[in-house]
Amino acid sequence: MTEGSAALDAAGLGKRYRRGWGLRDCTFQLPPGRVTALIGPNGAGKSTLMRLASGLIRPTSGTIRVLGQKPGRKGTHRKLAFLAQDKPLYRSFTVQEMLRAGAELNPGWDHDYARRLVAEADVPTNARIGTLSGGQRTRVALAMALGRRPALLLLDEPLADLDPLARKEVMQTLMAEVADMGMTVVLSSHVIADLEDVCDHLLLLAGGRVRLAGDIEDLLGEHRLMIGSRDLELPPHTVVEARTTERQATVLVRTTERVDANGWEEHKPTLEELALAHLRSARKEVAA
Amino acid sequence: MIEFRIDRRSGVAAYLQLVQQTRQALRLGLLKPGDRLPTAKEVVAATAMNPNTVLKAYRELERDGLVEARRGLGTFVRQSLARPEAASDGQLRAELTAWMDRALSGALEHEDVEALFKAVLQEHDLRTPEGT
Repeated sequence: MTEGSAALDAAGLGKRYRRGWGLRDCTFQLPPGRVTALIGPNGAGKSTLMRLASGLIRPTSGTIRVLGQKPGRKGTHRKLAFLAQDKPLYRSFTVQEMLRAGAELNPGWDHDYARRLVAEADVPTNARIGTLSGGQRTRVALAMALGRRPALLLLDEPLADLDPLARKEVMQTLMAEVADMGMTVVLSSHVIADLEDVCDHLLLLAGGRVRLAGDIEDLLGEHRLMIGSRDLELPPHTVVEARTTERQATVLVRTTERVDANGWEEHKPTLEELALAHLRSARKEVAA
Repeated sequence: MIEFRIDRRSGVAAYLQLVQQTRQALRLGLLKPGDRLPTAKEVVAATAMNPNTVLKAYRELERDGLVEARRGLGTFVRQSLARPEAASDGQLRAELTAWMDRALSGALEHEDVEALFKAVLQEHDLRTPEGT
């Protein structure tokens, strides 16, 4: 990837709140056209990062570039859409009025597309936003975000109040847009399993810092999960995390080579195993 | 047209599952030269899978010379993988059937045979890393 082509580019990015650093010293690049899983425990800095990218808050240190530009005083980048966790919509508006407001407020608004998304979700257009279910509100908020025809879409915990069928429909909508327009998507969640199928890039945050970032396939290929008796020796490797029970040892090592150690079972980790091991090891570092 | 399904619990990368399913369809003759593979958008609409995963799988199949992308038209099968040795009257298959009969008439259960077969195959893969 060449300099400046990243959809989101952070260098030494930090944000300090009164209670402390929400995000600190973050440097990473998210490649365009990819679907990034933004994973981390509560308070890791996921929402802070999205709000910085949207220009809703300003960094304390470092820079963030959205599609090559720093979020400025003009507000959110025209090609960026951000769907916050609380899904801000005017509760007294009807769905139809909400969409019309979208058309008024957003240059480049695609009204047919937004209406089609709402219709596909079976949301009645004459109902007031305040009377909709959580899932229906999410679908309207998503239509509002996609109606801007963004090149970069940030979704903060988008699946939290959706039933399994709606989850799949929302993901289909998003992935179709990625396939069609090459849209870049960042999805945050603390439920890793929700993201496993759809994401191809990972940004793992803990304690306001980047713990792991990169192409998911590459990252999985750079790790091995070793399972064996706790009495066995493991040849020297970079150990991310080692856990033991009475007899068994489970060790995640970082290596591109096959470990091939006698008596050890060697597995490729799942995204969830990889993420959790890194998060647990981050927690231990903080506690130490 | 081939329909893909992804088993998240299998531990095999999603794009590799697509590659394997396509190869399997080619082996079984479910896909033949000239057939079009579904577009990334068609796969995504059916599965909610990441389109980059589909494209990655297609690139791999293209590298292996099994399919070719034609601009604006789609991705098409170039060659079949149907092998006479794998057919129901092939010799290798007959030998394996004989072996299977012996194994199952002895002390081994269905699962033991499966584990043994996989272990030997895996050993073989370990000796010849990039082989499929």
